Amino acid sequence: MSTAKDTAAAEPLLRVRDLTVAFPTAQGPVEVVKSLDFDVARGGALGIVGESGSGKSMTSLAVMGLLPKGAERTGRIEFAGTELTALRERAMRAVRGDRIAMIFQDPLSSLNPYYTVGTQIAEAYRSHRRGVTRRQARAVAIAAMERVRIRDAARRVDHYPHQFSGGMRQRVMIAMMLSMEPELIIADEPTTALDVTVQAQILDLLAEIRADTGAGLVLITHDLAVVSEVTDHIVVMRDGALVEQGSAERIFTDPQEPYTRMLLDAVPRIDDEIGLLRTTEEDR
Amino acid sequence: MTFTPTDLEVEGAAGGETAGHPAPSSPPAQRRRLVRAFLRDRTAVACAVYILLIILMALTAPLLVKISGWGPYEFDQSAVDPNLGGLPLGWGGGMGAEHWFGVEPGNGRDIFARIVYGARVSMTIALAATVLTSVLGVVFGLVAGYFGGRVDMLISRVMEFLMAFPALIFMIAVLSALPADNRQFLLVVVISVFGWPYLARIVRGQTMSLKEREFVESARASGASSLQIIFKEILPNLASTIIVMTTLAVPGYVGTEAGLSFLGVGVVPPTPSWGQMIASSVPWYAVDPAYFIIPGTFLFLLVLSFTVLGDRIKKIVESGEGRA
Amino acid sequence: MSRFLFNRLLGMVVVLFLVCLFTFVVFFVLSPDPAVQICGKNCTPEAIDQIRENLGLDQPFWTQFWTFITGLFAGRTYGTGANAIECAAPCLGYSFQTSQPVADMIVQRLPVSATIAIGAAVLWLLAGVAGGLVSAVREGKFADRFIAGLTLTGMSVPNYVLALALQFLLVVTLGWLPFPQAVPFGDDPVQWFANFLMPWIVLAIGAAAVYTRLTRANVIESLQENYVRTARAKGLSPGLVWRRHALRPALTPIVTIFGMDFANLLGGALITETVFGLNGIGKLAADSITKNDQPVIMGVTLLAAFLVVVGAMVVDLLYTAIDPRVRVGSAK
Repeated sequence: MSTAKDTAAAEPLLRVRDLTVAFPTAQGPVEVVKSLDFDVARGGALGIVGESGSGKSMTSLAVMGLLPKGAERTGRIEFAGTELTALRERAMRAVRGDRIAMIFQDPLSSLNPYYTVGTQIAEAYRSHRRGVTRRQARAVAIAAMERVRIRDAARRVDHYPHQFSGGMRQRVMIAMMLSMEPELIIADEPTTALDVTVQAQILDLLAEIRADTGAGLVLITHDLAVVSEVTDHIVVMRDGALVEQGSAERIFTDPQEPYTRMLLDAVPRIDDEIGLLRTTEEDR
Repeated sequence: MTFTPTDLEVEGAAGGETAGHPAPSSPPAQRRRLVRAFLRDRTAVACAVYILLIILMALTAPLLVKISGWGPYEFDQSAVDPNLGGLPLGWGGGMGAEHWFGVEPGNGRDIFARIVYGARVSMTIALAATVLTSVLGVVFGLVAGYFGGRVDMLISRVMEFLMAFPALIFMIAVLSALPADNRQFLLVVVISVFGWPYLARIVRGQTMSLKEREFVESARASGASSLQIIFKEILPNLASTIIVMTTLAVPGYVGTEAGLSFLGVGVVPPTPSWGQMIASSVPWYAVDPAYFIIPGTFLFLLVLSFTVLGDRIKKIVESGEGRA
Repeated sequence: MSRFLFNRLLGMVVVLFLVCLFTFVVFFVLSPDPAVQICGKNCTPEAIDQIRENLGLDQPFWTQFWTFITGLFAGRTYGTGANAIECAAPCLGYSFQTSQPVADMIVQRLPVSATIAIGAAVLWLLAGVAGGLVSAVREGKFADRFIAGLTLTGMSVPNYVLALALQFLLVVTLGWLPFPQAVPFGDDPVQWFANFLMPWIVLAIGAAAVYTRLTRANVIESLQENYVRTARAKGLSPGLVWRRHALRPALTPIVTIFGMDFANLLGGALITETVFGLNGIGKLAADSITKNDQPVIMGVTLLAAFLVVVGAMVVDLLYTAIDPRVRVGSAK
């Protein structure tokens, strides 16, 4: 992953400019993402924060080229020097999973109940790497599972998703993505469906993987407490539009917009039980 | 087979799932919008018109027969050719000014009159069975879903048992074993006994989720009795589901009645029913095709109309709920 | 797993017992005079007395029922002395009109019914799944709406009307097909196929319509599953996404209803067999209704119930084998 040349070093890993996503309706197009600009530095970690319906998930799906049917995407998405919006579907498929990996909110419904986790990890690997045997792919799956610290991986690789706990399922998702050694990881609310103690473990794991592989990270969440731990740059969104963005430190210490301040107020502190209450309300 | 339990089951499952989250209240405005959406759907209107025509025809049967000039039980030997085994004289099974739809081979009974009177029998049985199944299905579904526990277990077991039954063949067995005095009534009972679980299962499921909702809780808190809650709070919310399910069930019952009559365990001759007319046309189909084509077409169009109508209503209700 | 199996088997036995009881009550208790009914239309008072004695109709209900049940497993003998009639296990009853045990009559007819049912099942599965897939892929487009129209028509046409119409068109008017006769496959495969084609089509069409709708709905639903999104996000090709992640979950429920429908058909194709004059179990039942041969009707009813219950059981087991969530308990 350290092939980045000096000339490219200044260039961000992901550069999004004027990204707009619209859905046509009977009353005309409705924009769910409005002219959004942001960068992810090489090895950087960006947090996209906003309440549900703020367009943050649509932003990530737009980058992946996985928008629902009927959605219209305009603007530019430049990934490691390649303009993704100009890619044909086949070329985009080669990027998806292999170079940009994504994990989702609900690990149970995001895993297919009919196949073992090993099969699901291996199938991505095999479809991107030609000439890989079943056995090799299985070894990769086991290694990836070990790396996300799933105990007894050699045996667990043959288990089905329903046999894992919530946190373990999310580890499986991370292993699936990790097996491809992606350059950019997009995590959409990766901890929302999990218990508080497990949340911290998963966030630690993501931070650790980022440090190990040097991959860029986009962490999407409604919870500023989550991004505070892992990201260095934060984008705040509301109703599809950018509210403000800046370094994580600046956003936390010196928020410019009242909306950001409101979100910050909702962050629980150890001595603040009311704050905790507020976040749980927002979880709904 | 005109009636496979799984047909209904599939429809039922689909209906239940789509109407799975009934809106907490259906204000008149929403209802009006549904009606308008329905009127804009030309196919649905055409189906409704056909059904209404058949009902009208059934209601005015004596009058229509007076106009056409022949009753359903009158023999007209002059219209058939005894030398050809009683084949109707003339084109299209004896169609003409005298007999609008021709006559039955053999005895020369007027087919128009028998179609008109047959509509009476078919519609009466199908609609009566629908009403009875709906009542049984709604009541048992509500009771099982609302009270839960042992009552639910008992009702659910009975439903499972009835649904695991080969319904058609059992209906035949029952009808053939029992005396033929009051066949029409028996038909309704037998069809309903095997028909109600499909509706009840869905009503039960929805009731179970509805009873946890806030408005039911608040009614309970304000001291409403179980009966009041069931009929005033829960039942109105099930209206759209029940309408969809019953419309989808009617064609099944029309077909079942016709099928049973076709097999000789339904309506007993000489009382006309469409299925039974088709059954008696079997030996003649090669030489007198009009004899089966006419009742066949009427029956097919009636079943089709009900099926399409049910399908359209389901879609309209679904989209209405989706927007609400 | 074995516990599940045991419960399932127990449930099956209970249902079958209730079916027997139910049927028995209908035929022997509700019926005004079973002996007269069983004897049939051309009957002498002596024959009626004979039957009454043979069946032990003067015995209390539970004794009669017990004899009937044991007859199913161990066979029974009707009457005594020189007039005694042997009915080997499984004794489903004895037709006094044809002087044959009902079970033998059914076994004779089974090959024809099986041929009809299997052929129709193949046809409706292929047509239904294919139709549903095309509809799902072309959702909202012309092909989808066209197929939707076809399925509504297919669901609505009563099969005897279709049978008569097809016969009139293909056999009488156009002369493309022979009048159906049950020709054994070994004698003349082409003839065999031509003979069974119409019954297959007639029986398959309604089910094909239902399967089309079901497949379409399931595929569209499964394409919206989160794991399909995951599969896309992994960069799998559309073919793989479809084959592995959309189709398998979508088609699994089809297995459930298929088993039931097939079992239903095996003993229940009364109308089609009658219209086409094919000597299967359905025609046997229909003929027995005309002749009022009660023991045969009862026997066929029991067989049909047995097939449906066993079908449901097989489906459950199959489902268990297919769905890992049921097969492997969660071991957290």
